[in-house]
Amino acid sequence: MNTNKVIQVEGLTKVFGDFTAVNAITFHVKKGEIFGFLGANGAGKTTAMKMLIGISNPTSGKANVAGYNVFTHAENIKKNIGYMSQKFALYDDLTVKENITFFGGIYGLSRKRIKEKSEVLIKELGLEKVENKLVGSLPLGWKQKLSFSVSLLHNPKIVFLDEPTGGVDPITRRQFWELIYKAANQGTTVFVTTHYMDEAEYCDRVSIMVNGRIEALDTPKKLKEQFKAENMNDVFLKLARE
Amino acid sequence: MKTILYIIQKEFKQIFRNKGMLPIIFILPLLQLVILSNAATFEVKNIKFGYIDNDHTSTSRSLIEQFYASTYFNVSTDFPSKVLASEAMLNGEVDVILEIPQYFERDLQKEKYNNLGVTINAIDGAAAGVENVYVTQIVQRFNQHLKVDLLQVSDQQIQPISIETIPLFWYNETLNYKTFMVPGILVLLVTMITLFLSGMNIVREKEIGTLEQINVTPIKKSQFIIGKLFPFWVIGMGLLTVGLILAKVIFNVPMIGSLPLMYLYTSIYILVILGIGLFISNFTDTQQQAMFIAWFFTVIFILMSGLFTPIESMPKWAQIVTEFNPIKYFVEVMRMVMLKGSGFMDILPQLLKTILYAIIMNGLAVWSYKKTN
Repeated sequence: MNTNKVIQVEGLTKVFGDFTAVNAITFHVKKGEIFGFLGANGAGKTTAMKMLIGISNPTSGKANVAGYNVFTHAENIKKNIGYMSQKFALYDDLTVKENITFFGGIYGLSRKRIKEKSEVLIKELGLEKVENKLVGSLPLGWKQKLSFSVSLLHNPKIVFLDEPTGGVDPITRRQFWELIYKAANQGTTVFVTTHYMDEAEYCDRVSIMVNGRIEALDTPKKLKEQFKAENMNDVFLKLARE
Repeated sequence: MKTILYIIQKEFKQIFRNKGMLPIIFILPLLQLVILSNAATFEVKNIKFGYIDNDHTSTSRSLIEQFYASTYFNVSTDFPSKVLASEAMLNGEVDVILEIPQYFERDLQKEKYNNLGVTINAIDGAAAGVENVYVTQIVQRFNQHLKVDLLQVSDQQIQPISIETIPLFWYNETLNYKTFMVPGILVLLVTMITLFLSGMNIVREKEIGTLEQINVTPIKKSQFIIGKLFPFWVIGMGLLTVGLILAKVIFNVPMIGSLPLMYLYTSIYILVILGIGLFISNFTDTQQQAMFIAWFFTVIFILMSGLFTPIESMPKWAQIVTEFNPIKYFVEVMRMVMLKGSGFMDILPQLLKTILYAIIMNGLAVWSYKKTN
């Protein structure tokens, strides 16, 4: 197996009844890459992602994530990945610190390590003043940044982000992408879905899903050349309209 | 093990932070215990009593006075005719009508017996039965007394030979229904609170989306479930404790049996209920669905538990169904231990069945909780 490829997918398919949500997709993601996973609503992005993170059983195909087979070793995958869902999934009725402690504890970090980590993290995100406030009372942008940092607590090899910047203002989105770059620079592979085409430009490589299939996959630059488009927005529109 | 502690810590924080839920967990059940134990009585009191006196003699008036004297009857009306009396019963103004025939006194003295007409509203069959017994008792007491008087007048030597029955009620000598009801109601509230809380708990995480986040972590299913259910187990045991204290202090229910035995049984019983709650949680998507299903089972379990109606008088098939009712065992054990002082060996059958039930339910619950769909 190629150790450079942290995600390898071949012919991965998910069928719900007579509806094929994900139709034999094949791609790979390299270590340290920021991989943009694009597609219209209902194109099958979230379903594909759920199979990769081991919470949805694939119907057929092959997939290797962080060196483990999703069919047989889903629980091993979970030790090596972080995940941030499109639905905010920290506990609103716990404080910032308590959320960090809880998720750190679940990933098996020691008390001491959790304490160190949360201090660094809270400082980085500038949440010192609200560290003992309930997460539910924070603005959405802050919550999303916190959520992302929590998903990195256990230093995962890969982090999966499902529309992390949905509903967030442009300034916070920018800050969010700075966090993503930082994580990528430290060697974490980032697998991200988004509806913002400007964000797609920030990715190393981008795949575009249409009706359960991957219709295009390359660097943003090459995709623009291939589709003779000025920006990723046009690339997306051309593909999605076909 | 450490992982479980983190979950338990989180659960307790969330429970005690939920200002809406706290009173529901601790205050409502205790109110329920106090109110239901007083209200859910099998005694029939305040019976609305009417009479038609066609005789108007000292004997008939003295019989009616017996009803005035009884604490169970509220003597309301003296009806001039049967038609009016029937009408009053139709309107729900009286429950029992006593009709004293003409020449009641004369016939009683002459023939030594007489018939009285008693009409009872039997919409509530159980109450009607009790009312019938009350009326008969009063009339018989009156009648015997009268007979003795008459006999004394005619011949001192001939005493009526009557067989007296002296009932001996064991374990609850005064037939105090509270003594009987309190352990049962305690069972109810421990069951309801733990079932509803555990049933809604995991499905709530499903609703807000945090369960997906949990499922992406390497946490083991059993760790998560133990961590989730342990706090409710503690709450259930806490409720039992507070309930027992109230039972002793407010109702003075005798506690003949061993407290540790009650706790031992309850600790296993709660596991059954938590398993059922979790099982419901796994098969529902919203808290509403979970509530409906939990209610459905609670109502069946309660009505078929022997708490309000004796299991012995249910049809055969229903008696077989009650074998699958955990509340039935809990009610039996609580009454046996509290009122009868039963020991470990006496409740062993119930204990073993409950342990088996706990293993099956929790096995099903862990099995049906899937991190990967």
